[in-house]
Amino acid sequence: MSAAADISSEPLVRVEGLHTYYGKSHILHGVSLDVGPGEVVGLLGRNGVGKSTTLKSIMGLVRPSQGRILLNGAAIAGLPPHRLARLGIGYVPEDRRIFRLLTVMENLRTGFDRAGVDDARRKQLLDKAFSYFPRLAERRNQPGGTLSGGEQQMLAIARAMMLEPKIILLDEPTEGLMPRMVSQIREIIEVLHQEGVAILLVEQNVPLTLAACRRIYIMEKGTVRHHCAAADLKVDDPVIKQYLGV
Amino acid sequence: MDTVIQFFQNFPLDLLLIQTVNGIVTGLILALVASGLTLIFGIMDVVNFAHGELFMLGAYLGVVVLATTGNFWLALIVATLIVAILGAALQVVTLRPLIGRDPLNTILATFGISLILQNFALWEFGPVSRKLPEPITSHFNLFYLQYPWYRIVIAALSAAIIGGFWLFLKYGKFGVWIRATTQDRVMAQAMGIPVPLVYTGVFAIGAAMAAASGVLFGPLGSINHTMGLDWVLKAFIVVVVGGMGNLGGSIAAAIFVSLLESYSAIWLDPSRAVIVSFVVLILTLLFRPTGLFVPTPK
Amino acid sequence: MTTAPLDKTVPLAKGRLSHTQVYWLGFCAVMAVLIAAPLVLPVFWAKFLTEILIWGLLAMSSDLLIGYTGMISFGHSAFFGLGMYGAAGALLLFPPNLWLTILFGLAGAGAAALFVAYFSTRLRDIYFAITTLIFSQIFYVIIFTWTAVTGGENGLIFTRPHFTIPFLVDFRFTTPTMHWFVLTLVAGSYLILRRVTRSPFGMVLQSIRENEGRTRAIGYSVERYKIVAVMLSGLFAGLAGVLYAVQNEFAAPDFVFFVTSGDTVIFNVMGGIGTLVGPIVGAGFFQLLRELMSRIFGDQFPYLIPLGFIFIVMIIFLPQGLMGWARRWLNK
Repeated sequence: MSAAADISSEPLVRVEGLHTYYGKSHILHGVSLDVGPGEVVGLLGRNGVGKSTTLKSIMGLVRPSQGRILLNGAAIAGLPPHRLARLGIGYVPEDRRIFRLLTVMENLRTGFDRAGVDDARRKQLLDKAFSYFPRLAERRNQPGGTLSGGEQQMLAIARAMMLEPKIILLDEPTEGLMPRMVSQIREIIEVLHQEGVAILLVEQNVPLTLAACRRIYIMEKGTVRHHCAAADLKVDDPVIKQYLGV
Repeated sequence: MDTVIQFFQNFPLDLLLIQTVNGIVTGLILALVASGLTLIFGIMDVVNFAHGELFMLGAYLGVVVLATTGNFWLALIVATLIVAILGAALQVVTLRPLIGRDPLNTILATFGISLILQNFALWEFGPVSRKLPEPITSHFNLFYLQYPWYRIVIAALSAAIIGGFWLFLKYGKFGVWIRATTQDRVMAQAMGIPVPLVYTGVFAIGAAMAAASGVLFGPLGSINHTMGLDWVLKAFIVVVVGGMGNLGGSIAAAIFVSLLESYSAIWLDPSRAVIVSFVVLILTLLFRPTGLFVPTPK
Repeated sequence: MTTAPLDKTVPLAKGRLSHTQVYWLGFCAVMAVLIAAPLVLPVFWAKFLTEILIWGLLAMSSDLLIGYTGMISFGHSAFFGLGMYGAAGALLLFPPNLWLTILFGLAGAGAAALFVAYFSTRLRDIYFAITTLIFSQIFYVIIFTWTAVTGGENGLIFTRPHFTIPFLVDFRFTTPTMHWFVLTLVAGSYLILRRVTRSPFGMVLQSIRENEGRTRAIGYSVERYKIVAVMLSGLFAGLAGVLYAVQNEFAAPDFVFFVTSGDTVIFNVMGGIGTLVGPIVGAGFFQLLRELMSRIFGDQFPYLIPLGFIFIVMIIFLPQGLMGWARRWLNK
């Protein structure tokens, strides 16, 4: 298990009673969760229960109709996504969505090309990205679309890291990846945690989630049904079977 | 046999070559106008009906600034800047509220803007055409003609502006922002790129390109409040023939169409030569609707 | 859309009468007013009203495409203009006959519509709008430069034909009778178009507007429907052109210029697209505003500047147009 994160009473991100609609579909029925500073929190659930939508709501990509979202105590619901990215929320979506026609370098650039980052810092960030992801360094001038699935996932995460975020929203990073890459993802999460970056991890891969996270939320039909420390759950726990079993 | 020899003797080879140069000159100006149009469409999905009026305003502003300062190049820069700012303001006030709505709305809104700008020009400058004097009056010998240097200069300038813009798009920070936004607007925002600002910037750049073309074109023809319509029509034809949103295609198409028109002007009445571009459009729509210069029809 | 379009003069009678009854009452009321109008108004305003009806017809025809099929067309000036020149042709080449004139005009407009219709099936949305714009300019250039046939810049002048029913009637038009003739044709066109938009055919058109892909997936031949829509639209626009020619006794290239198409679109948006009545209202509103402004501020006043502003403001804040706004207001 990871080193104990500093749980101050003030969570980094707090979601309270979130209701979200896609058109007429009521997707989120009052979701509430917390992520402490530097904490790795997991969000489990079957397909379609609203895990991705929760992340998207936090990222400002979907507007909630009700409820609050707080970042360091400040209300952020309704702010445009580019503001939230600058405030310190990184987003790595399902299917990665790297800029296919931009090179690896340019993809990373979109992250560190911001105000308040001088050239030295940029170089630092870039070097950090390449040291964590040597494969990306090799391919730095290749268009993103030519990378393999696993490499694209690395790029998506590296790109978010360039924002120097306080929290990264990771949506199903291991989907479609080979087992070898899954353990790589595990390592990356660990590294990010060491750097003090909080992570809200949405996953279908239960063992990975239980191993990497400190606390777990389980969602069903648009609400959080279960919340506990990861240590309290085993992979074959009846709770897991109930909410995630086929 | 005699008739064949006669034909080749009468064939206006020198006229053809002169028209080639003319065609390339106007083609490059048209390419600059069309680039702005295709940029705005490719990135913001907005069909800017007011593009011709921005061109026209650029020309008029060029006249005004030239009259006050006496310097053509200053006029070019100032007119371009003013129209760029105007373009940004227009985008924020009229187009931003329409983001997300049916594209029909933006076509109509830009049409409304073109009406206002056109009538404003009529009201402010009157119905009599203006002339913008050439900044460089020397000529050189092209066959039996004294060909004005100025035309070569504007061709070079237009090409330079287009080239500069291409470089900016490829390497500049804002260029990366633009390309990222075009590819995936949502993720661009998630990466902290201020997409609304990008849109405003793009519109301003497009407007600037139109205005610059207007000033550059000024000495070649007369400036009046309806000139916008002719140019925007040609620009639209070029954009469709070149492939919507395809910058390289628009440039190639602009030169292609201009050349064809120049050549036809040898045999046809100039007001009829315009039909050539229409014919090209129809043929393109019939046989290669995605654009003549698009690599593979999708 | 199942609610009946509400006419501007009739408040919604709650409870007692059904929508349809209210609608027809309203229709009759408006018709009565329009019929009486030329008898009470001074000649200038009577003619003004007649012209509004003609522009209204043009705008209605355009609404079929914009409001119901979802295809913006900037090419209606071509249909209108060819209707006008077709009529001119009939009146100059043959002994003046009202019905022959109409026939020629419709044929001219129909030919243009066929041409445009063909391309309409291959292009979507923006491409179609731009192409219709370009086509209308093509027609303009042709008409403007083919001086021998079309009189070029100066247009054509001719005399108004008599109203004839063979063996029964033959009289010259006066201002009121001209007005009534136009009114009959416009009202008739309106009723026909209304019938069409409410028919299964009309429903398919609206379905195309909502979601073309899905309509095609269901099995409808979208191309055929679009072609018919364009033809219909073109024919009615051509009729408007014929009426204009007959009313004013001249044909000019100005009307084939893009501006006419532009004005038509303005009438549509201001009045409310997809309502059929709206465009007529829009036409009236626009012409009235223009007349008012030139009276208050003088002929040289660029009335299109404030009108342009109103237009843009309406697009942003009142996209349903005047009729949409009236409908909401009446439904409170």
